[in-house]
Amino acid sequence: MSDTHPTSLAERLAARFGDMLSISTVRRETTAELAASDLLAVATALRDEPAFRFTELVDLCGIDYLGYGQTEWDTETISSTGFSRGVEGQAVGRFNWAERPREVDQPRRFASVVHLLSIASNCRLRLRVFCDDDDFPMLPSLTSIWPGVNWFEREAFDLYGILFDGHPDLRRILTDYGFVGHPFRKDFPLIGNVEVRYDPEQKRVIYEPVSIEPRVLVPRTIRDDADLIQAKAEAADHWREN
Amino acid sequence: MQEIRNYTMNFGPQHPAAHGVLRLVMEMDGETIVRADPHVGLLHRGTEKLAESKPFNQSIGYMDRLDYVSMMCNEHAYVKAIETLLGVEAPERAQYIRTMFDEITRILNHLMWIGSNALDLGAMAVFLYAFREREELMDVYEAVSGARMHATYYRPGGVYRDLPDRMPQYRQSPWHKGQDLKRINSWREGSMLDYLDAFTADFPSKVDEYEELLTSNRIWKQRTVGIGVISPELAQQWGMTGVMLRGSGVEWDLRKKQPYAKYAEMDFDIPVGVSGDCYDRYLCRVEEMRQSNRIIRQCVAWLRANPGPVMLKNFKIAPPSRVEMKEDMEALIHHFKLFTEGYCVPAGETYAAVEAPKGEFGCYLVSDGANKPFRVHLRAPGFAHLSSMDTIVRGHMLADVVAMIGTYDLVFGEVDR
Repeated sequence: MSDTHPTSLAERLAARFGDMLSISTVRRETTAELAASDLLAVATALRDEPAFRFTELVDLCGIDYLGYGQTEWDTETISSTGFSRGVEGQAVGRFNWAERPREVDQPRRFASVVHLLSIASNCRLRLRVFCDDDDFPMLPSLTSIWPGVNWFEREAFDLYGILFDGHPDLRRILTDYGFVGHPFRKDFPLIGNVEVRYDPEQKRVIYEPVSIEPRVLVPRTIRDDADLIQAKAEAADHWREN
Repeated sequence: MQEIRNYTMNFGPQHPAAHGVLRLVMEMDGETIVRADPHVGLLHRGTEKLAESKPFNQSIGYMDRLDYVSMMCNEHAYVKAIETLLGVEAPERAQYIRTMFDEITRILNHLMWIGSNALDLGAMAVFLYAFREREELMDVYEAVSGARMHATYYRPGGVYRDLPDRMPQYRQSPWHKGQDLKRINSWREGSMLDYLDAFTADFPSKVDEYEELLTSNRIWKQRTVGIGVISPELAQQWGMTGVMLRGSGVEWDLRKKQPYAKYAEMDFDIPVGVSGDCYDRYLCRVEEMRQSNRIIRQCVAWLRANPGPVMLKNFKIAPPSRVEMKEDMEALIHHFKLFTEGYCVPAGETYAAVEAPKGEFGCYLVSDGANKPFRVHLRAPGFAHLSSMDTIVRGHMLADVVAMIGTYDLVFGEVDR
């Protein structure tokens, strides 16, 4: 990705917005986190000011950080206690509605992530805004700045229940007419709540509670060799030939 | 005075011009659109949520099923995101193969588009011709992956296997016999690269045939020239990418601007429109087919001259070969771990975008260090494009809505995800 400005995007952002943004650049991708109250002012500046010119909003999506970094299978003490198929935990797909995780100890669960693109200077920027209130997640809508964000915000509302203040038409978009709940939340069961079938007696499609069981085969694990140090070392000394 | 009231009309979801399952609720003043409200989501399968419950590799197949006429480009975005987080890069040969198959996919997509769009606007014949060539390219998909459409061919660390040395031949049947059988099999006598050589040598003349039918066709021009004009500013406001943006004269193509795989080494041009109407976008797509053909030829030449590995030799990510598993305990263990648990991806987040035939297809991937993604978001170009429908078709006639749906190049697998 080539940037036509003499200074890096992160430097320009820091010089312009100061403490409003907390900026990080990883693998040449710049991420800026900001408070919901600053969002509209920052977004307007990012679109209009010649140092940024982010004329295009490429993507907006919601995230639910509930259960981030949690595992179902302990890999640290495995060697002393032996392997077990006994999987603990309630990661995605392992519970139905009645057993859903209710002890939510995740502060600031919901966030909205925006990806901006500047065609003039050929660079991208990621903005992340956390919702302050988990029970009533609310963010300002960007529709007045980039009208194309309309459906993306409807999608985030539909799937995560994030409300966008100032959105002209905040309806559900992807789920069924009359759907209940926000299905991409981490405490919403993967199997869903209801299933539909055609009932020949009533001569219409009817909704019934789901009849399938939650079934996920692979436990969620986090391993310390995730950075592949071991694999790199093995590749380096050609262990297989030796 | 006579009282005049607006009609509300329901278009789809079961309509041949709705390209799948679009439901469009339109408020009409006579034959003029006052308001158009697309209802999407009838094909929503929760791909992103499903991916959260599975190891990384098991979701590659879902990507094919998003935009089901440009399968491998979707895989490319997902695989590229995983590779970025893992910090690995596919071998050079695999990258050339990916470049080649991305372009084969682009031709497949544009053939589908030109056929169905012409069919929507009343030209039946183009559809039949376009499917003739589509079939030839589907055979390439099948030869390399075993599946005509849902290939699951790209993997983190490379591609599933090397290109086959032999193309399967057709046998005599009521549909293929005599001269026809002889011709299709004469292309298939050598390797897949020989076959692609024969195909790409022939394909420009086929594109000429489509152009013969449409480019200066009076009816075609009446239906597309000046219809659905999108200014460059409007296109950017609505998050448009790909041909929808280039048709309006903005020279923006990720293959040139932010090159991935081996596009930096390729010699090709980016067609750009002038007036931003349906006709310009048609011309852009036709020219893109010719350019893709050029890229395929360059890849074929390179792949012929440079044999090599197509998958990383890193058994933490890529499985060992069957032969190695038979004689090596380590390889067997690695295979077992990979296919039961998968690999863990370091914590972090990335956004990987590719220039899919329809526009920018992006994959925003968040990992918390586990063997399953924490969050996958797929940025589908069609979703952004369709959201602008209401703004663009206001004031147009009902028949122009069909032209507009066609020019968006919509596939509901990716819009609804």
